[in-house]
Amino acid sequence: MAATIQVENLEIVGRRGKGAELPIVRDVSFSVQRGEMLALIGESGSGKTTVALSLLGHIRKGCRIAGGKIRVAGYDVTALTPHECRSIRGRIISYVAQNAGSAFNPALSIMRQVVEPALVHRILPRRDLEARAVSLFRALALPDPETIGERYPGELSGGQLQRLMAAMALMTDPEVVVFDEPTTALDVTTQIEVLAAFKAVFAERGITGVYVTHDLSVVAQIADHAVVLKDGAIKESGTVSKILFQPEDPYSQALLTAAEPRSRQADLARQPEQPSLLDVRNLVVGYGQPTSAGLPEKVIVNHVNFSVPKGSMLGVIGESGCGKSTLARAISGLQPWAAGELLLNGTPLAADVRERTPEQRRHLQLVAQNADSVLNPSKPIGQALERVVRFYGGLRGGAATRRVNELLDMVRLSPTLASRLPSELSGGQKQRINFARALAADPQIVLCDEITAALDTVVAAAILDLMKELQRDLGLAFIFITHDLHALQSICDRVAVLYAGQAVEVGPAVALGQGVHHPYTRLLHDSVPLMEPGWLEATQTRRLAEATPAPISPLSLDPGLCCFLARCPDRVSGLCDRVPPPVRSVPEGPRVLCHLPAFDRPEFST
Amino acid sequence: MNRHLVLLIGRRFLAAATSLVFVVVTVFAITNVLPGDATDALLGQGATPQAVAAMRHNLGLDRSVFVRFWFWLWGILHAEFGNSLLNGLSVADAIGPRLHNSLLLAGASAAVSVPVSLFLGVTSAIWKDTVYDRVVSILTLGMVSVPEFVIATIAVYVFAVRLHLLPALADVGSVHSLRQFLSAFFMPVASLALVTLAQMVRMTRAAMADTLSAPYIEMALLKGVGPIRLILVHAIPNAIGPIVNAVALSLSSLLGGVVVIEVVFTYPGISGLMVDAVSSRDVPTVQACALVFCVTYLFLTTFADIVTILSLPRGRKT
Repeated sequence: MAATIQVENLEIVGRRGKGAELPIVRDVSFSVQRGEMLALIGESGSGKTTVALSLLGHIRKGCRIAGGKIRVAGYDVTALTPHECRSIRGRIISYVAQNAGSAFNPALSIMRQVVEPALVHRILPRRDLEARAVSLFRALALPDPETIGERYPGELSGGQLQRLMAAMALMTDPEVVVFDEPTTALDVTTQIEVLAAFKAVFAERGITGVYVTHDLSVVAQIADHAVVLKDGAIKESGTVSKILFQPEDPYSQALLTAAEPRSRQADLARQPEQPSLLDVRNLVVGYGQPTSAGLPEKVIVNHVNFSVPKGSMLGVIGESGCGKSTLARAISGLQPWAAGELLLNGTPLAADVRERTPEQRRHLQLVAQNADSVLNPSKPIGQALERVVRFYGGLRGGAATRRVNELLDMVRLSPTLASRLPSELSGGQKQRINFARALAADPQIVLCDEITAALDTVVAAAILDLMKELQRDLGLAFIFITHDLHALQSICDRVAVLYAGQAVEVGPAVALGQGVHHPYTRLLHDSVPLMEPGWLEATQTRRLAEATPAPISPLSLDPGLCCFLARCPDRVSGLCDRVPPPVRSVPEGPRVLCHLPAFDRPEFST
Repeated sequence: MNRHLVLLIGRRFLAAATSLVFVVVTVFAITNVLPGDATDALLGQGATPQAVAAMRHNLGLDRSVFVRFWFWLWGILHAEFGNSLLNGLSVADAIGPRLHNSLLLAGASAAVSVPVSLFLGVTSAIWKDTVYDRVVSILTLGMVSVPEFVIATIAVYVFAVRLHLLPALADVGSVHSLRQFLSAFFMPVASLALVTLAQMVRMTRAAMADTLSAPYIEMALLKGVGPIRLILVHAIPNAIGPIVNAVALSLSSLLGGVVVIEVVFTYPGISGLMVDAVSSRDVPTVQACALVFCVTYLFLTTFADIVTILSLPRGRKT
C-alpha cells in the first residue's frame, strides 16, 4: 500500500525583494505511512516550515515550487488548482500553527473558528459540529469544554489555545495533520500537558502526521520517524531511535550534543566564600496605585530576596508571566520598585537608573533578550562599541579602536567585523556583540534576560560556553534569567525559582533534581522532557498514580498564603490553605518557601 | 457592556467636551484680535469719530471683552448666535439654509468617495504589489499632491469652457430633476471626492495589508477558507477600526475642501457666507461659522475614536 504522504525530490525557490531566486528547499524526499508520525527536525532557516506548508499546497509569497512531487492521501498536491487545494485544506490535511496566540483571529469567538474548517467544507450542520467540538475539547483535557468556545482568544492562555488549535485541526477527521512547532512557545509545565493531550488523541484516532520541531526531546516523545533538515536539504532520515541514539551525519551529531544537558561547571572545587556583590532584599515591584498596605495594586515581583556573590552566576527561572523580566528591569533601574532595596557592593542603589552614579551604572550592565532591538541598525558595530568605550572609559582614537578589538576578541569575534552593520551578522554574532557592548563598560555584574531564547540550540550552547569563559577569565558575576532549566543547570552556581512573583526557592544549582525542594521546583524539573522514548507516558502514569491533591477550602484567596497552592500536588488541607508558608532552609540545600518541602524521587535525578 | 469599555468611551467624550470648551474660547479670542471691526466696514473710511463711537455703542462693541464673551456664550447655550452686524438679521437664520447646502455637497462627496475608496483600498491590499496596486497607488499619490482648486479649475476649463457640457457655476436654486442635479453637482462633488478619495484609499490599503499579513489570515487559508469569506469574515473585522478612523479623518478634511470648492463654483454654502462675513468684519457670523466647522470636525474625530474602541476584540464581547 502506498504511503499516505509521499514527497519526492521537492525543490522550492524563493527571492527576497528583487534579488535572484535562491533555493530554499533542495531535493527533499520522504514518506509517511498511515498512522505514523514523522518529525521534521531543523533549526531556523532550515526550510522545515516551508516543507510543512507545501504539504497543504501553500507556498508563502515570493516562493514557488520549482520541482518535485507531493502526494497526500491520494491527491497530487503539486498539480492541484487553487480551488482544489482549498477543498483539501482543512478537510484531508489540516495544520496546527506554531503560535496559537497569533494564529487565532482575535475578533472571532473560539467556537466560530474551531467549527469553520468543517463548516466551509459543508461536512455537517453547525449544531452537530459544535457538539463534536465540545467532545474534542473534552478529549484534549480543556477546562469548561461546554463553554470555552464562547470565549475569545485574548481571554485564554497559550497552552489552552494550542490545544484548541489541535481541536480545530481534528474537527474534520482529516487523514493528515501537520504540526508546526506547536509547543515551542509554551512553558515546560504546560508543554508536557499539551504533548500528553496530543498523544492521547493521535493514538485514539490513528492520525498520520508531520511534526515540525527543533526540540529533540519532544521528537523522542511524539514521533516514529525523523528527518533532519539543514539549509533546505535532508541530512539524515530514519527511525527516531536511530537519529537520537546512532546519528551518522555530523550535523545530527552536533544537534544532539548541543541538546544534551551537560555541565559546563569547570571544577567543582569549592572556592572560598566570596563577599556579596549584589543583594536583592524584599524587593516588591508592581503596577497601579498603591493600596492601603502600601503595596501596588498589581504586584508582579513579591518580596524577593537573594544575593549574588562576586564572580558567581545566579540563574533565575520561572514560567512566562512569573515576573522574571520585571525583576530584571527593576534591578537595572528601568522599572521603579515599590518596596525593598537593592545593594551593590553594600551600597543602596537608586530605583531610577538616572539617579545612579556613573560608576554604579558601569558596574551593573544589562544584556537584552533581542539583540536586534538593542543594536542601532544603521551603525557599524565597531562604532556602536566605540561609543560605549568612550562613554565609560574615556578612550579615544587608537586606544578606543584597540579596546574595541579587544572586546571583539573577548566574545570570540574577528576584529574585521567592526565595519559591518548589525543586519550583516547572524543571530549568534549579534548576541555576541550585544555581550561585547555590556563588557565595554567593564562591569562587575551582567544581567542576561533570556539571551538564548531566540537562538538555535547549537548557537545558544556556544553563547553559554562564552558566558562561562567570561566568568572564569574576568571574574564576572551574572544573573541569568531563563525558562530553560538545562541551560541554567549547565552554567549557574545558584538558582532562584520564581513563581507568581515570589522566589519560592533559592539554592545551589547542583542540588536541583536531588534532595529536598519546593513542589513547584520539582514539577518544573520533571516536566523538562528527557531524550528517551516513553518518558512522556512514564511521567504521566507516575503523576496519575500520585494521590490527587488534597481538597482545599474555597476561602483560600488570602494573598499571604502559598502562591502555588492551587496547583500544588503536595498541599495539606488545614495547613497550606490557612497558614502562610514559612521560609525553610535545607542544610547544604536550598532555602524554600513551603511548609513541607518535598523530596525528589530517586528516578527524577539526572 | 463591560465597565472598562464604558470608561474608555466616557474618557473620550470628556476629551471631546474639553476640546469643545477650548474651541469656543479660541474662536472668540481669534475673532476679537482681528484688526478693525464692523464699524469700519459699515461706515467706510470717511466716518467721523463720533459716528463710529455711537455705532460701536449701539452694537455693544464698547463693552469689555469678558462681558461680550459672556453674552456670546450665553447665546450659544440657547442656540442663539446673535444678529449680523451688517443687516441685523439673525445669524442662525442666515446659516440654516447655507449649512444645509454645504452638508448636501459634503454628503454627496462622501457618498461617492467612501465606497469607491474602500473598494480601491481593499482590492489593492488584496492584490498587493500587482500592476493594479501600482496603478491605484500612483494615481492616488498624484491626487493627494494636487490641491482641490487646481482640480476644480481644470474641471471648469475642460467641461464648462471648452466642452460646454456643464455650467461653470453650481446653480443649486433650480434643481428639479436628476439631470439638473447632476449638472449642478457633478463638478463640485467630483473635485471634492477625488481629493479625499486619495487619502482614504491609501489608509485603507495600509490597514488592510497589515491585517492580511497576520498569522491568523494564513491560518484561515490553511483551513480551506475561500477568498471572499477570508476577506469578509477574517480580515475586515480586524481592519475596520483603522479604516473607519481613516474615513472619519478624511471626511473632516473634506470640510476644508468644501470652503475652496464653494468659492470656485460660487456655491451658496456656509463657507461663502463665512468668506463674505470675514471681508465685512461681521464678527457674529464669522464666529458662528467657525464654530460650526470646528464642531463638525470634533464630531467626526470623536466618532472615529469611538468606533476604534468598539472594534477592539476585547470590546466585542458585551
